Amino acid sequence: MKITIRVNGVGYTRDVEPRLLLSDFLRHEIGLTGTHVGCEHGVCGACTILWDGEPARSCLAFAVQAEGHEISTVEGLAPGPGKLNPLQQAFQDAHGLQCGYCTPGMLMTLTAFLAENPHPDEAQIREALSGNLCRCTGYQHIVDAVLRVAAA
Amino acid sequence: MTSFGRPLTRNEDPRLLRGEALFVDDVELPGLLHVAFFRSPHAHARLLSIDVEAAKARPGVVAVVTAADLGEYWQPGPLLVPPPPVPGMVFHQRCQVPLVRDTARHVGEPVVMVLAESRYIAEDAVGDILVEWETLPAVGDLEAALQPDAPLVHDDLDSNIAARVHQARGDYAAAARAAHLVLKRRFIYDRGASIPMETRGVVASWDPRADRLTVWDTTQAPVVIRNGLAAMLGLSERQVRVVAPNIGGGFGPKMMMFYPEEVLIPWAAMRLGRPVKWIEDRLEHFFATTHERSQIHDAEIALDAEGKILGVRDVFLHDTGAYDPYGLTVPLNSQCTLLGCYVVPAYDSLFTAVFTNRTLVTPYRGAGRQHGVFVMERLLDMAARALGLDRAEIRRRNFIAPDAFPFDQDVIYQDFSRLSYDSGNYEPILDKALHAIGYDDFLARVQPAARAEGRALGIGLVCYVEGTGIGPYEGARVQVQGSGKVSLVTGIGSQGQGHATAFAQVVAEQLGVDIRDVEVVTGDTDQFQWGVGTFASRGAVVAGSAAHEAAKVVRQKVLKTAAAHFECAEEDLVLADGKVHVAGVPDHAITLGKLAGLANPMRGAVTPGTEPGLEATSYFGPASGATASGVHAMLVEIDRATLKPTILDYVVVHDCGTVINPLILAGQIHGGVAQGIGNAFFEKLEWDSEGQLLNASLADYLIPTALDVPRMRLDHTVTPSPLNPLGVKGAGEAGAIPVGALFAQAIEDALDLPAQGIEIREMPLGPSRLWEITQGG
Ligand code: FES
Ligand code: FES
Repeated sequence: MKITIRVNGVGYTRDVEPRLLLSDFLRHEIGLTGTHVGCEHGVCGACTILWDGEPARSCLAFAVQAEGHEISTVEGLAPGPGKLNPLQQAFQDAHGLQCGYCTPGMLMTLTAFLAENPHPDEAQIREALSGNLCRCTGYQHIVDAVLRVAAA
Repeated sequence: MTSFGRPLTRNEDPRLLRGEALFVDDVELPGLLHVAFFRSPHAHARLLSIDVEAAKARPGVVAVVTAADLGEYWQPGPLLVPPPPVPGMVFHQRCQVPLVRDTARHVGEPVVMVLAESRYIAEDAVGDILVEWETLPAVGDLEAALQPDAPLVHDDLDSNIAARVHQARGDYAAAARAAHLVLKRRFIYDRGASIPMETRGVVASWDPRADRLTVWDTTQAPVVIRNGLAAMLGLSERQVRVVAPNIGGGFGPKMMMFYPEEVLIPWAAMRLGRPVKWIEDRLEHFFATTHERSQIHDAEIALDAEGKILGVRDVFLHDTGAYDPYGLTVPLNSQCTLLGCYVVPAYDSLFTAVFTNRTLVTPYRGAGRQHGVFVMERLLDMAARALGLDRAEIRRRNFIAPDAFPFDQDVIYQDFSRLSYDSGNYEPILDKALHAIGYDDFLARVQPAARAEGRALGIGLVCYVEGTGIGPYEGARVQVQGSGKVSLVTGIGSQGQGHATAFAQVVAEQLGVDIRDVEVVTGDTDQFQWGVGTFASRGAVVAGSAAHEAAKVVRQKVLKTAAAHFECAEEDLVLADGKVHVAGVPDHAITLGKLAGLANPMRGAVTPGTEPGLEATSYFGPASGATASGVHAMLVEIDRATLKPTILDYVVVHDCGTVINPLILAGQIHGGVAQGIGNAFFEKLEWDSEGQLLNASLADYLIPTALDVPRMRLDHTVTPSPLNPLGVKGAGEAGAIPVGALFAQAIEDALDLPAQGIEIREMPLGPSRLWEITQGG
């Protein structure tokens, strides 16, 4: 069926099967491969996007469900080509990523979290991160990155 | 200012942070076909018949491939790591096959490959396939597998013994006779999985016009895969390009040769003349990507009255899974690493690797080292208790003295050389750790006060060594570009270790450029032809040293070219900020880019023997590995009702020689500790008696979250390695190695278990297992 989904402010119209996952739509239909897939069963958080500003797992939604909603992905975060937003910059400064596979999901979860709670403490940050798995960093430098943003 | 040794942020980050970095599943090609596999539902079964007609008939299905369709191409995989040259060693090579032809030997072994226009269709078609099996009894338990009537994983062998290696030195029996104390215990370490956040994947594309194959592969060893694929497909190496782009975590299991899918996807792309993609899903990952870690040790230690070790004897079983292409790396690591930081005058170790109807076992971060550390550190804890000694003190008394290096352990290590520790100084590490964690104060004041309040607080303290940076070799090419930027190319792959930054620091140090102007390329066999792979904490040591050597040669070429340009002596030149100038005349500088142009003249004559450009290639092969060491200490509180541990403090003091980038090093240690914590308390693969894995999802197999991993405090000592020009030792696995032993000790201490006659002798724990143990189970 034909659907139009708005992603990072741009409308994309595609003819898709009803069973197509939103994660597959983003990655393979419209080529926004920044959103990653780590489990396809809703646990790892790598596929996290913003759905009308709220974090959501794109592997647990069908693309057709996203019609009429505003989807944001990691590709929409930076203020311009070659630039980083403050959260992205903090991730680099604090070494908050290693392989970078979990990172887009982390950034999207944290974008929503910081919008609601701009000055969290460490315990709140860890709670917010607890639905996003990272196998590389041990989380400490990710927490440090968020603390930098929170202090700014 | 020099960049070497500074905590610089990473070159690779901006692209990853903007979602622009290429991972294997991001590769899209016109006409791409997608693969799904029918995998064995049984741990052990004879294949009677396969009916793929319905699958073939499904619209959108392009091909369905069984073992029979592979013809001559169907071959067992090569032996990636041959067994060590230990006299009397037994080794039975049984390597994995591309598709099951006669017998399935573990759940998840691929049986049929379906190629279709989309992954969705391919998976539908897998559901159309009908296979008839005769199920066979499966073996999973290591001891049961060695019973005379046990079902055979490979029925052409007369037992399930895959290998047996005995290494001994000194006279253990005499040591035991002379000992004041001999302790004998059984230790069990169960299976875990590495779970990188990115699963495996392969994309292959055959270009008939260029007569070349390109393969994107989530491998830690692209050059090795390139060479092997060329041989199997009847191509020359130059016809095959293997790219390991950004890899979403490796940790060992992405270094295998060959996974069946790596053999099949390129073959299919050539056969069908269309590009082919396979991406492992998380369920497949649990069955089809290699595991690590089942071992059972029966160990004994002999000590004198002062707590000095006289000898250790260890007999252990190692689960190698259904096949053993990775040879004996894991059990050899266990065997060798058990010796730890200590003088062990007599050592007698015999291991038997056992075939089971389970997923293959290959190295995963630590790669068997944690088993050895677990056994030795637990034995020392028990000995300290029996002798009335402090835990730190018994370790101190047995440390190898700082003037005893190089220290020959006289056993054959995983690199087949005799294990010799290059350098080390263990007491300062221990002292720093004791001080940082507040050891004396905790035991004298904090713990008694907590106990008086009914709180279960414990402390743990564990020492370890890590053999790192083994050979054979890596290479690197450094070249000044016309832009003035410097490129560094090496054959290893990167899975998040920050090579694009650490290697840039090594090169920048020699060439006086900003690290942002060093472009590091790893993991593309068209860019660099030679290499072995990223494993055994060897990237920074071996490839880093090669980069250093190449950069030094380029520095000489830069100075020589500049000296000719300025008509002065090389000694009078200053190389800094990407430019060269004569000392005292900084205004008349020439850029590296211009010098690169001068070194590549387009007309005229050059002196015979001149090589163009500012470029050099170097190779580095250490004679043996560099031994890093460290101490982990932690304070833990156990909730008496739920037995859930809360880590109150975690200290790591580590010596990995010269540090290239402390920020990256800290990240490596944090990540290792997190995996160690998972391995110690959360992660256990659960199987039923039929060999079915019961917790094959991230909802059931729990890896640590941000709430489970504590803040860690790190400190370092620096004992450079004499075996490489940088003085570095590897650090990739150190974080993970001692955590099991640390948890066991700290939890015992918190619950005061030894006072109740209870010891923790197994890993992993988890609240329910811990509850059973505390009940005497
Ligand atoms: S891929 Fe969606 S939660 Fe893991
Ligand atoms: S950085 Fe690798 S999974 Fe998080």
